Amino acid sequence: MARITAGVGTSHVPAIGAAIDLGKSAEPYWAPVFAGYDWSRAWEHEAKPDVVILVFNDHATSLMLEVVPTFDIGCADSYTPADEGWGARPVPVVEGHAEFAAHIAESLIIDEFDMTILNEMEVDHGMTVPLSLLFGSVERWPVRVVPVMVNVTQFPPPSGDRCYRLGEAIARAVASFPEDLNVQIWGTGGMSHQLQGPRAGLINREFDTAFLDRLADDPAALRKITHYEYLREAGSEGIELIMWLIMRGALGHDPVVRHRFYHVPASNTAVGHIVLEAA
Amino acid sequence: MSDSPRPGPGYDAADLADIPGTTIFTTASSRRAYQLHRFCMSLMKAENRAAFKADEGAYLDRFAMTPEQRQGVVDRDFNRLIGLGGNIYFLVKISNTDGWSVQRAVGTMAGMSGDDYAAMMVAGGRSPVGNRSIKGAH
Ligand SMILES: [Fe+2]
Repeated sequence: MARITAGVGTSHVPAIGAAIDLGKSAEPYWAPVFAGYDWSRAWEHEAKPDVVILVFNDHATSLMLEVVPTFDIGCADSYTPADEGWGARPVPVVEGHAEFAAHIAESLIIDEFDMTILNEMEVDHGMTVPLSLLFGSVERWPVRVVPVMVNVTQFPPPSGDRCYRLGEAIARAVASFPEDLNVQIWGTGGMSHQLQGPRAGLINREFDTAFLDRLADDPAALRKITHYEYLREAGSEGIELIMWLIMRGALGHDPVVRHRFYHVPASNTAVGHIVLEAA
Repeated sequence: MSDSPRPGPGYDAADLADIPGTTIFTTASSRRAYQLHRFCMSLMKAENRAAFKADEGAYLDRFAMTPEQRQGVVDRDFNRLIGLGGNIYFLVKISNTDGWSVQRAVGTMAGMSGDDYAAMMVAGGRSPVGNRSIKGAH
């Protein structure tokens, strides 16, 4: 039977990908960011997941223009890294798990989450930067990926509470898949940042710290955070944190915090990272 | 319409409008900026970036955006483009084409020099204190 063994929360700042690709990761500005993931890369090497359900948002790459789905799931065999305006990242094509993804998609829809199904898409930094951070520079990604995308950009995104419940439904879907799979779920994006207007550069360490403090033991408090509070406190792009609640919802009761990291800044953004193991 | 309060996390349009220096990207914005955004997404192809760089005016003629949006692109005025419906995830395709970092592009909207903006970020970013409410409620 497939089982969710762990959850990972991580920022997915595009400049982190650029720093890796341009060989800048040892520079003083970037070294502390990557050091925050050393423990996690070693842990992933031991954990050996078969599949990662990777929750992220498309940043006007494959979505957002013609179609703006609230929740979608990739059911393709593979996903090609996109050219976001400076050439595609030189990282491997991401291998999917079409059969598992189709099972999750069907299970979620039967469970009353109206998923949009994507049979083809290119993926942006929202997916490839977390893969680079957790697996390093590799010839081939050591996992297959089921992408779950959330609209966090065009108002209104789904509520944080709805995201949490989607996570619970994903856990039910995984548990009913007959193949023996070691599955992780990653929630990506955040932490506080604002990429627009005169308030650009907003960082709220207090808000981010409280979010990390509560994620494992008091998710009920995080489920109550409104869009207005995210926008006001964490910045217009900090609302990406609702995607971490999908990850948390899928982990069930009493996960154990194995690693935690916070650093300001990477480009315009507060980098947050947490590793939770399912009880 | 029911009189009972909405369950779960809600929001109030007046609250969203009260956040300083922040434009909410809505369904209406998305419609308003559709041609602008089509242009931005076209820059995800190397040959289109080359055509745009070779002759910005001729390339922009391919897209039926408004004259104001077109001028905003020519001026790389991201605050103005956001005011005209644009969203940063589309707009960075322009600054990526120009070879600008996202930080440099975002910093242009903050009303400070690129160096000052970068220094502010290294020092911990812009504090939310005093930046929560236009009316001063927070
Ligand atoms: Fe993002």
